[in-house]
Parts: sequence; structure tokens; C-alpha cells
Amino acid sequence: MSRKSYAQAIKDTIAEEMRRDEDVFVMGEDIKVLGGIFGCTRGLVDEFGEDRVMNTPIAEAGFIGAGLGAAAAGMRPVIELMYMDFTYVAMDQILNQVAKIRYMTGGNISAPLVIRGQQGIGRGNGAQHSQCIESIFMHIPGIKVVLPSTPADAAGLLRTAIRENNPVLFVEHKALYATKGEVPDDPEFSIPFGKANVVKKGSDVTLIANSYYLSKAISVADKMEKEGISVEVIDPRTLVPLDKDTIIESVKKTGRLLVVHEGHKVAGWGAEIASTVMEEAFDYLDAPVARLGAKQCPLPFNLGLENAVVPQEHEMEEAIRKLL
Amino acid sequence: MKKVLKILGGLLMKDKSKLLSIYMNMNKIRKFEEKALNFFEEDKLRGSVHLYIGEEASAATVCEFLTDKDYITSTHRGHGHCIAKGADLGKAMAELMGKETGYCKGRGGSMHIADFSKGNLGANAIVGAGIPIAVGGALAAKKKGTDQVAVTFFGDGASNQGIFHESLNIAALWKLPVIFICENNGYGISVPQCESTSVEDICVRAKSYDMPGYKVDGNDVLEIDKVVGKAVERARKGQGPTLIELKTYRWLGHWTGDPQVYRTKEEVESWKTKCPIKRLRKYMLDNKIADKKELDEIEVDSQKLVDEAGEFALNSPEPDLKTVMDDVFCEGEII
Repeated sequence: MSRKSYAQAIKDTIAEEMRRDEDVFVMGEDIKVLGGIFGCTRGLVDEFGEDRVMNTPIAEAGFIGAGLGAAAAGMRPVIELMYMDFTYVAMDQILNQVAKIRYMTGGNISAPLVIRGQQGIGRGNGAQHSQCIESIFMHIPGIKVVLPSTPADAAGLLRTAIRENNPVLFVEHKALYATKGEVPDDPEFSIPFGKANVVKKGSDVTLIANSYYLSKAISVADKMEKEGISVEVIDPRTLVPLDKDTIIESVKKTGRLLVVHEGHKVAGWGAEIASTVMEEAFDYLDAPVARLGAKQCPLPFNLGLENAVVPQEHEMEEAIRKLL
Repeated sequence: MKKVLKILGGLLMKDKSKLLSIYMNMNKIRKFEEKALNFFEEDKLRGSVHLYIGEEASAATVCEFLTDKDYITSTHRGHGHCIAKGADLGKAMAELMGKETGYCKGRGGSMHIADFSKGNLGANAIVGAGIPIAVGGALAAKKKGTDQVAVTFFGDGASNQGIFHESLNIAALWKLPVIFICENNGYGISVPQCESTSVEDICVRAKSYDMPGYKVDGNDVLEIDKVVGKAVERARKGQGPTLIELKTYRWLGHWTGDPQVYRTKEEVESWKTKCPIKRLRKYMLDNKIADKKELDEIEVDSQKLVDEAGEFALNSPEPDLKTVMDDVFCEGEII
């Protein structure tokens, strides 16, 4: 085990995979010398050279499309987007091309590529640089959606993503890059997709959260524990594929569920989980499923306003008390 | 090969076997499209069917320079590219009918035919969207150090998409072995080029990206030969991409139900006099490259192949409905 940051875990995993497989290469905006604006590829060019650590023009649709073609032709591109908001610039390539090519061609063509980058609040980046994009991509079949919450998860899930023969949207969080944790040193350490992490065992309420909101969920659960309320915290880790079984099993035990996410509540992934639980575990519920998510307005720049849009820990506590 | 190129200006002009191969492919495409139209009119196939009749010289001539290892990406009007790249006509027709035996097992249809075994990275129903995918195929070739090239076919309408410009810039910047083939048939559905495009010749857009750009008569195999041979050779040598504009025309509507109120019958008839198949036939007869009997046989043979393909497709089974979720992901294939 080594103690390292989330950003370091990502960089180390990319480097290990590039050493292992010469078909793996990285490309994106400002990644070569600058190493990306969060340093996730910093220094890789020194070891792997500029043929494998490529700056791209500011042309997201163009270089994601090129990544798709390269993947179809046998490479394993790991494409960095500076902000996940920029997926919206390349929507056709991601949703109409990358996500569909395998199905449309009846399995003729595969697209083993990773599109990774960061999203979310925390740096005052405003409406076009602070969004959570995962729910939109969860809606479209054909692309896996992964959100690591810790340095170890970032390493283990990214290794799986790079080795996966399907396209993966690997959604990091800007507020997590500096967070530190223990990461296994084994260059084969990986975490399978579709296996939720029961982060904290509990018996009264199930609380589902991921990414930046996982640490908030743990903090709320710890606080509630002191009040005698036992909260089970689950991190789905991957939204596609979604580990329904772990969620359903937990709800059958607790009878109560709160789903919280930073992205908009309306049509957010929390709604999908809430519906799934109502379809598959309705008889076990002792209270209506509760959801928390961002208000239905763009992310504002001002810190106070930004916090007013996204769920706060006290709101999570109130929601849990209301369930009981 | 290089010497031949310099002397003749084209690689194929007097190469009988290659000219006959092109003639065969053009006939196969023409007859395949006629068969598809018949099937559509008889309600034997459904969906959007965009026919390539009148534009056959492009696919047939360009693909003559390619091997199965070279990549292509294609368009919504993609049957011709698929056939010229070596597709089995039966599997292609079966895909148009959505049959289990089709190239995409009925999941793709006319606008998504792909035959990866022949380097075909797929037709595409989004205008311009195949262009960067070909650029990526070329990027992989460059990274792997092979001499493969990638050809992307697209229409005049696609050259107004942002993705066209992004792709040309990336290909030129990275000196990738791509040949951009713009099949300019003058219309984006009903909108004439003069109402959609700021330039008369799309090939001039190559200048912005510091790559060679050519325009040629897209209904003349020998004219296409002159520039495509050079462009493919340039790409294989690692000298970068080329944009080639082929001026051509689609004889039929944009799709099978197009009322065609935007053009005159006279215009359509005038283009029919420039039929690429008849022109190649005349060239080969006038220059005594082939005799009438040989060429007639090719026409008969191509019709026979298409008829057999039609029978194969008609007699093929529908997909098993239980397989509907297959191929969304490749499961259990983690390396």
C-alpha cells in the first residue's frame, strides 16, 4: 500500500497500463507538457514520448471521433477531457458513434476507449465547468459510466476501464484530486465494474452516494450514529453497469432509502435507483424513497449560491430523520 | 508502380484487369441498388434507403487502390462503398432487409452496414460523423507503423459540418494517411449547394489545412484514377492527407420516397448522359482494352450475383428476438 492522492493514483495507473500494453496511449487538451490542468498526466511524456502522450487541438468531437477510429483499429486510447462539461461539445461522437458502434454493427466493431475527466462543484468554475454529466450518459445504452470516490477506487476502476473492451466514461471529481488514501501497489490491482461498495454497514437507513458526495454521506452517517441511527452507506461505483442486487439487499434490510447526488435531482440517476427499488423491493419499504440532488438551475458562480443549489449535509440529515 | 504513375498520370488507365474489376464493381453496385429499390417498392425492405445510382465511379475506383487492411468510413448512401470494399452481396442485401444473416445481424440496416473483415468501419446516418473515425483508423495505422491508409467518403453537405473541419485539421496536423473523398452530388436532400456552401469547389477547403485538394469529374473513372492513385501513394509514404472532390450526381431522389420537387427532369436526364458505367465501357471498347463480349458477360454476371444475393436475403431468417440485447456490450472480454 502507498498513501497517495486521487490524481496520483490516476496518473500511476495510466503509466502502469502504458508500460503493460503498448497499444494504450493518452490524448487530450494540454496533457503533454502541462500534464492536464489537474496534473493527471504530468510527466508521462518523459517516459512514454510524445507519440503516446499527445496534445490535441481544442476539437473535442474531432479527437473523440479519432479515438473511436483508433480503438476500432486496435488501439486503446485514454482520452482526457479537461472538463466533463466538454462532452456536450462532442455529443454526437460519444452518444451516436462511440456508444452505438458495437450494437449497430452487430458486434462487428468494438470500441475499447476511455474518456476521462473531471466534473463538479468546488472551484467556482460556473455553469459550464461545474456540471455533473453522468445521468445523461447513464440514459444512453452502450457506454459504461464509472465514478471513483477514493484514490484506491480511482486506481482499481481505471485499470478495469483501460482493459475493458467497451467504451467507458470515467468521471472524476475536481474536488477529489487532492484527497489522499491508501492504494495497493500491485500493478494488477483492479476493481470490477458493477460491484457496489458497502462503505459503512448499518441497519436503519440505506444512504446511496458517490464521487464527491461519498465523504459527505460518511460524515452524515457517522454523525447519525452518535444519535443512535444506524446508516448503511453504499457507493455504487459504476452507474453502468449498476449493482442493483447490493442496493436491493440493503433496502430489504433497512426498509428506508435516501439517494443523494450532486447532479440535478430532476431525471438524475437517483430517480432511476428510487424507481428500481420501488419496482423490486416495494413491500420492504417502510417509507417513501427520498432523493436529494441539485436544484433545477444552472450552477452559479458565487460560492454561497453554488452551495444553495447542491445538497448540503444538514439536508441529508433532515431527509434521514424524516424517513424514520 | 511509381513509374507507371508518372508516365500515365493514372495507375489504372491501361491495366485491363483493374479496369474490368472497376467495371464489375460499378455494375454490381448499380444492379444491387436497382434490386434494393424493387424490394423497397414491393415492401420487402423498410426504413431509409439512399441509393447510389449515378455515383458508382467513386466507390469502385477509389476502392480499387485499397486492400482489405485499409480502412474506409462511409455515409447514409453507403451501399456502393461497402460493395466496392469487397462485401458479400448476399450479406449486404440481408442487412438491408434486417435479416439474421446480414452484416450487422439486422441491427444496422442500410445506414449502418459495416464489414470489419474488409476494413469497413461502417456507414453512418449522421452527416459527417464518419470522417473523424477514419482519421482515427489512420492514427492507429501510423502508431502501429503499418502502411495502411484510411479513406472517408462523405457528401458535399458534410463539408459544412464542424466535424469535417476538425478532422481535416487533425489529419493534416498529425500527417495521417487519410484520403478525404467528397462525393459532391450537388444537393443536400433538396438544398442546392449554392444555398448551403460558401464555396463553389469544396476542394479549396484543403488549402486552409495545408493539404492538397483536387476536384475531378466524379463520373469518369480515369479522371478519378489520376488523383486517387497519387493521394493513396502519398498517404502510404507518410506524407499526409489529401482532399479530393468528385463532382457527381444522384439519379434518384435523396431517399426512395423523395418527390424531387427541387430539380428538373431535364437536369436529371442531362446527368444520365454522363453515366459512369457507359463511359468506362466506351473507353475500354474505343481503346480495344476489352471487347463487347467480355463486357456483356460482366453485366450478366453482376446481375446474376445480385439476383442470387436477393434470393439469399429473401430466404434468410429473421433475427431471434431473444438476441435483441446482444452486442450492446461485449461481455466477459476483459483482457
